Amino acid sequence: MDQALQHLVNGTVLGGTYALLGIGLTLVFGVMRVVNFTHGEFYAFGAYITYGLIVLGGVNYFLALPLATLAGVALGALLEVALLRPMRKADIDSVMLVMIGAMLAMQNLEMFAWGGVAKLTPNPFDGSPLVFGPVSVLPLRLFVLVVSVLMLLGFWLALERSRAGMAMRATFQDPETAALMGVRVGWVNTATFALGSGLAAASGALLGPVFMTSPTMGDLVGLKAFAIVILGGLGSLPGATLGGFALGFVEEFAGGYLSTEYRDTFGFLLIIAVLVLRPQGLVPARERIG
Amino acid sequence: MLQRRTFLLSGLALPALSRPGAAADPIKIGMTQPLTGAVAASGTYVANGARIALDVLNREGGVLGRPIQLVLEDNKSNPREAVASVEKLVLSDKVPVLIGAWSSTFTLAIMPKLLEYKVPMVVETSSAARITTSGNPYVFRIAPTSEMEALAFAEQLGKFNPPIRKIDFLSVNNDFGRGAAEKFAAALAAKGIATGRTETMTPEATDLAAQLTALKQSDADTVFITSGVEQTTLALRQAVEQRLNKRMVTTGGAFPDQLVANPLPAGRSSYHILFFAPWFSERAPYAPIARTFTEEWTKRGWDFGGMTEGYRGYDAMLTVKEAIRLAGKPEAEAIRQALWQVKIPGINGDIAFVKEGPAGQESGQNRPNVTIVQLSEGKTSLL
Repeated sequence: MDQALQHLVNGTVLGGTYALLGIGLTLVFGVMRVVNFTHGEFYAFGAYITYGLIVLGGVNYFLALPLATLAGVALGALLEVALLRPMRKADIDSVMLVMIGAMLAMQNLEMFAWGGVAKLTPNPFDGSPLVFGPVSVLPLRLFVLVVSVLMLLGFWLALERSRAGMAMRATFQDPETAALMGVRVGWVNTATFALGSGLAAASGALLGPVFMTSPTMGDLVGLKAFAIVILGGLGSLPGATLGGFALGFVEEFAGGYLSTEYRDTFGFLLIIAVLVLRPQGLVPARERIG
Repeated sequence: MLQRRTFLLSGLALPALSRPGAAADPIKIGMTQPLTGAVAASGTYVANGARIALDVLNREGGVLGRPIQLVLEDNKSNPREAVASVEKLVLSDKVPVLIGAWSSTFTLAIMPKLLEYKVPMVVETSSAARITTSGNPYVFRIAPTSEMEALAFAEQLGKFNPPIRKIDFLSVNNDFGRGAAEKFAAALAAKGIATGRTETMTPEATDLAAQLTALKQSDADTVFITSGVEQTTLALRQAVEQRLNKRMVTTGGAFPDQLVANPLPAGRSSYHILFFAPWFSERAPYAPIARTFTEEWTKRGWDFGGMTEGYRGYDAMLTVKEAIRLAGKPEAEAIRQALWQVKIPGINGDIAFVKEGPAGQESGQNRPNVTIVQLSEGKTSLL
């Protein structure tokens, strides 16, 4: 029972991380129909900016996190304007190729700037775990989980209650009609990509100190983010959240009780099962067709 | 336009053509290491060690009266890329000898190419037994096998108090990790020590909570961790979170150097099986060689703990240089033959090869020294 509770806590912490990763990716796909291969690189970018600010710049950890997020937003906006806007009328394959190129360029620039050796980002939290009966969790991980949940809630509220959020949802449902209603679709696209990139950078900023920061850290994360989005339903924000937690729990419990050797396999088996039984994903996106 | 460019290129080439013959052309040594990817830290350290050796050897006059050139390729922590890097080094750069490839998985992937191109390779890190037992006469390993490391560790069991009674493993799921778990289990079983659980992790895994929680359920008192520096560091840090209050021992020579600047909480210690302990270089078998290396490394401002792996690149370069000197010419077959004659002092100790593998197809295997270092609150001590 103690082991199960610890796995539950571990799965929740991991799931929160995954949900934050998935939501930015699904947002960009939902609104722009762009398969964002740079998502994992924005994650690495956020982690490196945080490392640089704290270690080289002497910036406070709690200030470094929003600054890294803002840097992700700014770079995302720049990428959208420079690469995606000229490709707006291009077919999806061409856009995918451009995004793969951008991903490789970003990864190589990170490697050039920081070298291949992984960095450990310092944090102000106590290294000893908080103990609640049979379970334990590091204060840093708890902080990351709380911030992740707050970000998810804040993001959801902004999307549901703000005018900008409404414009994004309208563009997602029907871009042509949204444009006819006065929504500036070009602006929405830039804002969406910047926001999605900022969320990925925020994930990297939060998780860099938990794990380690390296130029290839985005590879696995990008793969997992795609898995989460497919699991939840392409373009669905609640789906990405649910998919993140589902993947976190499956990996944690299957790894703990069945086999750590095939831990990732169980996660992908879940995705296959969902795709067979419910091809639209766990919570399919609401989209107006016709 | 074309004529003008050709003329300009010819002009640029003139100084090279006007040199007094090919005598001053550098002798190339090829090296493939993981400079990016999951085990980039280790590969970078090994490459840095080779770079230092390159400077030191060239300052001493190179070899055969010619400077040495290190041609370094990134195998990206990937066996496919490791093969591609060797193809490039041999076919394009025309290197007559190689050093590589850190992980056993990468080295095993490369080995058929050594046979195909008939180019010898000094293996500086990989520990899987079959690298030297599969019958590849182009392989010369200066690193210890997992079995050698395990047997040497078993001889030092008396240094642990309280004694080790039962062990678990947390191993990276590849030839390196699985091989180490198998050999350590066998060596310690011969000393009456039982094995409990073996948990594995993919080389890219960063969240090891499930594995560590599972290990917590075992009644073993010691966990052996086998992986690259990055994953070893993560495992030690996450073990604190999971309250895995067991003795942690890392194998394979990887040292979590970042835990010196960012130590684990007070009262937490870890043990590391190393082949060079730079904090105690004066106690190395050949202290002057170790001193030169540590001074050069420190001068460059690289991470101090990286020397635990960086020495491999240095010793490998000394080995190759000596083989070229003995061969008298930078040709692959002559260097292969000469490698059997190498007998030199290195940072780890004496370097010389004994034969392993099927008769007529033997590989060379060195017998390195093993050291155990304890890391506690960012401070190291010899066990």
